[in-house]
Amino acid sequence: MEKLENIASIPYFIPEIVLVVFAVIVILYDLVSKKQGGDGAAYIALVGLVVAVVTALVIGSEDRSLFLGMVRLDSFAMFFKIIISVATAATILFSLRSVELDPETRGEYYALLVAVTLGMYLMASSTHLLMIYLSLETVSLTSYILAGFLTHSPRSSEAAFKYITFGAISSGTMLFGISLLFGMTATGDIMLISIRLGEMFSQGNVYPLAVLLSITFILAGVGYKIASVPFHMWSPDVYEGAPIPITAFLSVASKAAGFALFIRLFYSGFKSADASIDWSMMLAVVSALTMTVGNLAALPQQNVKRLLAYSSISHGGFLLMGGVLLTSEGLQAILIYLIIYLFMNLGAFFVVILIANEVGSETIDGYRGLVSRAPLIAVSMAIFLFSLTGLPPLAGFAGKWILFAAVIKEKLYWLAIIGLLNSVVALYYYVRIVKAMFLETSDDTESLSFSPGSLVLLLIFVVPTLLLGIYWNPLYELSRASLGKLMG
Amino acid sequence: MLSLMIFIPLLGMLVVLFAIRREQEELAKRVTFIITLIPLLIAVFLFIDYDRSASGHQYEEDMMWINAFNIRYHVGIDGLSVTLVLLTALLGPICVLASWKIEKGIKAYLALFLLLETGMIGFFCALDMFLFYVFFELTLLPMYFLIGVWGGPRREYAAIKFFLYTLFGSVLMLIAMIAVYLKGGTFDIPTLIELAKTPGHALADPTFQIWAFLGFFIGFAVKVPIFPFHTWLPDAHVEAPTAISVILAGILLKMGTYGLVRVNFAMLPEGMDFFCNGEGTWGNSLAILGFINIVYGSLCALAQTDFKKLVAYSSIGHMGFVLIGLAARNESGLTGAILQMFNHGVISAMLFLLVGVVYDRAHHREINGFGGLGSKMPIYTGITTLAFMASLGLPGLSGFVGEALSLLGAYSKFKVLTILSTAGIVVGAAYFLWTLQRVFLGELNPKYEAITEINGREIATLVPLGILTIVLGVWPSIAIDMFREAVSILPLVQ
Repeated sequence: MEKLENIASIPYFIPEIVLVVFAVIVILYDLVSKKQGGDGAAYIALVGLVVAVVTALVIGSEDRSLFLGMVRLDSFAMFFKIIISVATAATILFSLRSVELDPETRGEYYALLVAVTLGMYLMASSTHLLMIYLSLETVSLTSYILAGFLTHSPRSSEAAFKYITFGAISSGTMLFGISLLFGMTATGDIMLISIRLGEMFSQGNVYPLAVLLSITFILAGVGYKIASVPFHMWSPDVYEGAPIPITAFLSVASKAAGFALFIRLFYSGFKSADASIDWSMMLAVVSALTMTVGNLAALPQQNVKRLLAYSSISHGGFLLMGGVLLTSEGLQAILIYLIIYLFMNLGAFFVVILIANEVGSETIDGYRGLVSRAPLIAVSMAIFLFSLTGLPPLAGFAGKWILFAAVIKEKLYWLAIIGLLNSVVALYYYVRIVKAMFLETSDDTESLSFSPGSLVLLLIFVVPTLLLGIYWNPLYELSRASLGKLMG
Repeated sequence: MLSLMIFIPLLGMLVVLFAIRREQEELAKRVTFIITLIPLLIAVFLFIDYDRSASGHQYEEDMMWINAFNIRYHVGIDGLSVTLVLLTALLGPICVLASWKIEKGIKAYLALFLLLETGMIGFFCALDMFLFYVFFELTLLPMYFLIGVWGGPRREYAAIKFFLYTLFGSVLMLIAMIAVYLKGGTFDIPTLIELAKTPGHALADPTFQIWAFLGFFIGFAVKVPIFPFHTWLPDAHVEAPTAISVILAGILLKMGTYGLVRVNFAMLPEGMDFFCNGEGTWGNSLAILGFINIVYGSLCALAQTDFKKLVAYSSIGHMGFVLIGLAARNESGLTGAILQMFNHGVISAMLFLLVGVVYDRAHHREINGFGGLGSKMPIYTGITTLAFMASLGLPGLSGFVGEALSLLGAYSKFKVLTILSTAGIVVGAAYFLWTLQRVFLGELNPKYEAITEINGREIATLVPLGILTIVLGVWPSIAIDMFREAVSILPLVQ
């Protein structure tokens, strides 16, 4: 694989540059229009995303190491760039329909969304510890601002504050882990780290405990991004307090980027250490805890946003199952699950936005009798929720199926059983929303009306949730191609 | 042909949902009725056209569905499934008729009902394990809504209980299914059955089969339901609207026993042997569970004062005969078990329809709250007596043949348990006769001076089932001939 130096790397870095340029354009437009630009900024940001994706596709995904080994361009990074762009685009479209956001500050809001996308692009492609840390911080810092964007809402400020506090602690911990690792291997390049760790273990001149400690500390940073136990505490409060489009964004894009980073780091970097220190077993326990804690905490929730926050934690635990197997099937399952999760979870959050706008409520009570007030919305929400539960023939089942097939193949029966029992628990709290929508009646019987644009957007999420459950061959092929040479 | 039968109701669902306006309730009901007649016609044709002398599956359709896991769309029927497909297709239009008086959201109700029918017919036709599972689960969603929205006062509780129990069972089944796939490399049920018989193959390993057996068994046991997984059933039955109770008792319970025959019996003979060989700690377990179902179900039924709950518990008892017949693993036991599946589908459907008739008039189901209805509703009383007699196993009616054959088969293996199980028949006779006495005989309860006789639509739902109980009672071989070949290729033990 060629390792390009700085100037030669630039042509392959155009998508990221495009994002920078468009972030600046959005800010300038906002200034020029004197904050009266309305939704213009959103459309500029959308164009920016489209241009970035198109240039990325034109450049292609031939394996290249850019900037002397800082960043890697491969099909794996490409996969995540597209997922993240789709999630960001959806977030922008959601934001256009959100009534929470202050019109005056919307310009900055969209600029920040473009900037956070840039950070996530880098998270998906970093191959150097320094770059990994920087990309993680870029995403975190912009996310803090976005979470606290409802300046008039104390909840939103609380969210941002908690997010920052937890973020600072976990990234500090991660930095400590990175420095330990650097001290032992004398390099930041994760490919080299992998080789050196392998050598050190085979020669026996290393303390396994030191390596385990540094990996555990690094996991703190990654675990914080994917909200795995015990680094998940921030997420319910942040999800509840943040503007709903940002909640949707964090639960999908941030999680996807976190998994990209996790896979890159643990599979390209630490895989050779697994034989000696068995970090995958540690992760398996984390995964089981994450889904169980997420699910049990979701059970009593009354606020739908908060409920979905906990459900998103448990889905993180599910995804992590694929990451403990050290097999390409496991990673494939993560990629497929992420695509499916993107559609069903964003869809569910979009319904939350629509209901918050029209009914003015985020609690389950606000969903009462929805089927008679807005049948299409209620049925769509039911589809998303049952898909999140993993019932056939919806897409969530396909994702779950591939994931569990990979787990059982590695004979981790205990993990599979915990995972599947968790999906029974999950049914209970998802059904509480369904029950409110279909089985209960509301005093308000006036039917709700939604703009045709909103309904079309809703269908964009409903249709894949239905179709991908019936036919998922293409997903399988795509995920296999995307893994590329990652597994060696 | 089979695909047509499976997916016509699904198509019908779209028609009902999108082509009919909300006000056209009458039209929606008629259209649904006609749609459900199509699978019935196909099923009748299949029943007649089916080659009874050939073994193996007929009318097969097989094509690749998902390459990555070698999942195929493979459907086909053998003698075992053709009877159950016929039963499902027959109960379709009957249930639509029985739902005629539903007023709330009839369009959604009918659409869900059609979706349910697709799931049920598909389940009995599926020959690919993955497809089998998808159809199995496909029945959950419509059932949840049908009980939860159109049910009685405690419908929300009953619906979620049903949902959670079944999902719990099916996730264990999912694990077993993936494990079987990883050992066998295919989901094709006939291929897996062959592989499991091949000595030395990973699937034929007894330890593996025992664990896989347990996974599948719990999945199906919840559905049957087998003690101690049965507690969802009385709740679901009591709360469900009449037609849905009919489907629950008539078809959904059979999905459990059908799965036991198709998967546990045919595909996991070593596992079956471990639990039914009559030796050791585990060797009697399946027969014991059957015995508990029979006696416990019947005793619970005896204690009920709610008419519908009584019928629900009697279902648990009758499923015990299927179980004990299966545990015998000989031709007589198995023939009895399969016949009992069909017969119970017919008889319990009748019983639930009859409960619905009186509930529609009296708006309660308290057995002690009636009395002397026989003088006001002679036709209704007559049909009820027929159904009761069939259900308690009177010779000459269909219920007797299945139960007798099951017990006959079981007697050669589990003497004591079989003798004890016959107590269930006695208790069965007791509660049915006692109910007959309390509801229909004696002085007329003055509250029901004005009660009206069963009407034409209700009679139409009952007559086909009544005829079947009589015909199958005197001429059971019309059904037994259908699945004789299918039974003979199962791994029987003499």
